[in-house]
Amino acid sequence: MSGPGLLTALRLVYVQQFARVRVARVPLLFVAALQSVGILLLLRGVVNSEDGIVRAQVVAGSTVLVVAFVALNLLAQRFGSMRATGALDYYGALPVPPAAVVLGTAASYATMAVPGTIVTAVVGALLYQLPLAGLWLLVPVVLFAGASLAGIGALLGLLAPRPELATVAGQLGMSAVLFLSIIPSSKLPLLLRPVRAAVPSTYAADALAAGLRPSPDWASVAVDLGICAVVALVALALGGWALRRAYRH
Amino acid sequence: MERERLDDASARPAGPVSGTTFDPAAGSGLAFSIRGLTRRHGSVLANDHLDLDIGVGEVFGLLGPNGAGKTTLVRQLVGLLSPDEGSVHLLGRDLTVHPGIAAHHVAYLPQDEAALADLPVRLAVETTARLRGLSRRQAVAATDELIEELDLTPLAQRIVGRLSGGQRRLAGVATVLAGDRPVLVLDEPTTGLDPYARRAVWSALDRRRQDRGTTVVLVTHNVLEAEAVLDRVAVLDHGRVIACDTPGRLKAKVSDEVRLELVWRSEPLLDDSTVAGLAPRAVVSGRRWSLRLPVVEAREALARLTTGAAFAALDDFTLATPTLEDVYLALGGAADDLERG
Repeated sequence: MSGPGLLTALRLVYVQQFARVRVARVPLLFVAALQSVGILLLLRGVVNSEDGIVRAQVVAGSTVLVVAFVALNLLAQRFGSMRATGALDYYGALPVPPAAVVLGTAASYATMAVPGTIVTAVVGALLYQLPLAGLWLLVPVVLFAGASLAGIGALLGLLAPRPELATVAGQLGMSAVLFLSIIPSSKLPLLLRPVRAAVPSTYAADALAAGLRPSPDWASVAVDLGICAVVALVALALGGWALRRAYRH
Repeated sequence: MERERLDDASARPAGPVSGTTFDPAAGSGLAFSIRGLTRRHGSVLANDHLDLDIGVGEVFGLLGPNGAGKTTLVRQLVGLLSPDEGSVHLLGRDLTVHPGIAAHHVAYLPQDEAALADLPVRLAVETTARLRGLSRRQAVAATDELIEELDLTPLAQRIVGRLSGGQRRLAGVATVLAGDRPVLVLDEPTTGLDPYARRAVWSALDRRRQDRGTTVVLVTHNVLEAEAVLDRVAVLDHGRVIACDTPGRLKAKVSDEVRLELVWRSEPLLDDSTVAGLAPRAVVSGRRWSLRLPVVEAREALARLTTGAAFAALDDFTLATPTLEDVYLALGGAADDLERG
């Protein structure tokens, strides 16, 4: 007897989890985008409009925040709740690779995050007078940032001793992304710079910011996306490990 | 003599309980072979050195009250929990070494359908069949058959989490039957089902056993279910197997006793000497008295009650042959949450 292949399993988990996401579509579609657009509006009055690097960072950071809200916060909650209700037993007793469960669940949430990221990036580019040409970068940025933050979200949700702690950890993670991705490295206190370098979303926000500048720095974009991709692989592997561990406890 | 033998069993000897092994010559090998299985939850010993053999094609039951260790045992049978000590072999392979193989041979129905709550019934069944390796076409055909077999057609498009408890359970049973696994492990599959749906589930399980030699391990705390569908039953109490045999042979162990049930209109007539004599041995539940008595004593007591002054105070009475609940109690089981309905 054999099970489905990785891609088939991933697609089926996606279909099953998307049913859950549909129930939560209002916060996913609106809260995530409204939160980031609100930050853009708030900062518009204080950000020096002459500094293109700062403007691009604010827009890129706010866009990645939408991904963080969904992948870190909501996914940590979802996995915490699946563990608490025994819903993980369903997947644990099926011949489904744990990576398919983590990826399929993450992808179902990411689907609802896509409109929010587009709205935030377009509104931000218009509001902060940045070129729209670099917005194609949203595709790799959302993919890699989504995968790496989803891996961490799954890890938090599956390792937290109680679902409430998973929620708190997810929210703290999102707050870290909010401060560390929106503020450019040069404006941060020296002490916080290593922390910024250790947060995976930084590289996604920096890649998007480099592409949104009036004169894009493509070498920097390539390096940041490369780091993002590696972190995404590691985070998903850790998420899969945490799921296997949760199955047996 | 029979009484003494049962009392010995209630002392819970350290060795294996007779009847826990299955004669492979009678069937075609073992689905599960469990040896010295021990699992703790913190300081609680949920499974205490269990030894059981379950043959291929058997409908095997685990009967016991809440907290007896049934769910802990079945989660180890499907590789979702590792034992602290001992071993489980599934179709000859050691699950403690390869827990992942269970997912390829066993379909498991947990106690509730939390994972499927947001899905329409049809989609839940079809996607589960596909996750067990069926092609899209096979999964659609299997789903159609299951929905018809379990009479789920009116519910097929409804969201599982919005159904009544019994309907949700029936949808869960449909998902576990999808994909035709050779071994089914079902944790209380008929909880909350009406008698009609319950019979539909029993028939579906029996059909699979007859047609495909499917092995069924079924957790229940319903005595009627245990007696109606099981080939053999292991009675669990406080993490140990206190008896294991066919329901018929287990009941024969207490065949010298019957159950007398008395329901009083209001207060029992304690002035009556027969009523006063029965009172200390009655298990009282509201206005209902339940007594296990030797056949002759029960017959005489009932004759006196129905011809004496106490009769006017009686609302109802029954004299019934022993059930598995009586076996459980005779073996030293203390809990009173086994279901009879």
